[in-house]
Amino acid sequence: MIEALLIGLAAGVIAGLLGVGGGALFVPALTIGLGLSQLDAEATSLLAIIPVALVGAWRQHANANVDVRVGLALGAVAALGATGGVVLANAVPERALEVGFALLILFVAAQLVRRALSDGPGSTLSAADRS
Amino acid sequence: MLASRTLRLTAIGTVAGLFSGLFGVGGGVVIVPLLVLWLGFGEREATGTSLAAIAVIAAAATVVHGAYGNVHVSEGMFVGLPAVAGVIAGTQLQQRISTRAISLIFAAMLVVVAIHLLLP
Repeated sequence: MIEALLIGLAAGVIAGLLGVGGGALFVPALTIGLGLSQLDAEATSLLAIIPVALVGAWRQHANANVDVRVGLALGAVAALGATGGVVLANAVPERALEVGFALLILFVAAQLVRRALSDGPGSTLSAADRS
Repeated sequence: MLASRTLRLTAIGTVAGLFSGLFGVGGGVVIVPLLVLWLGFGEREATGTSLAAIAVIAAAATVVHGAYGNVHVSEGMFVGLPAVAGVIAGTQLQQRISTRAISLIFAAMLVVVAIHLLLP
């Protein structure tokens, strides 16, 4: 339980600092740190993302950075896509999920490097923006 | 134009949802760049709007995963709730320190995790 608290806190700090949050951090933390399977870590990561995204959206809304109509429309459409994604995740071998997730975080890493090298210090997005 | 905007939003939402459900991420990695490229959003507006969408997407995906019995509720809350405090702290720190080195270190960490996953 202490590990989970520390992992969450650390993941949140990185998300707040870099604007990359949620799943890219939670999934490996849950597999490597807490020994969950890839599938269970992904499912549990989604639960952990909810409070982070809610607080982040609330803070961004205070700064007038949220187009609420577009956000809700996207969320509604994506909820259907997500249902398909979850069904697929449960149907494919766990090895395929691991490989797909590895490619996804390589892409995130490449974006971070590109941004770090092209932007000056401090020009990052705010809180958990990419969660 | 209106129809094409609706089509674009539908496409973005569908792809983001699939990514989210399949890989346990929010989908911001898909939503943010596409809102900027296809709908002309500014980066901050895109990320804020993405967060609102992610709250809905993650909730839906969690419910479906829950039906499969994959969600570890206590682990999820023990990770997610301190993460909220961490995000607020990280956002404050961001104003004061250079994030370049941290970005590169974190990117390196992700590469290590990816290699760890790819190697059998």
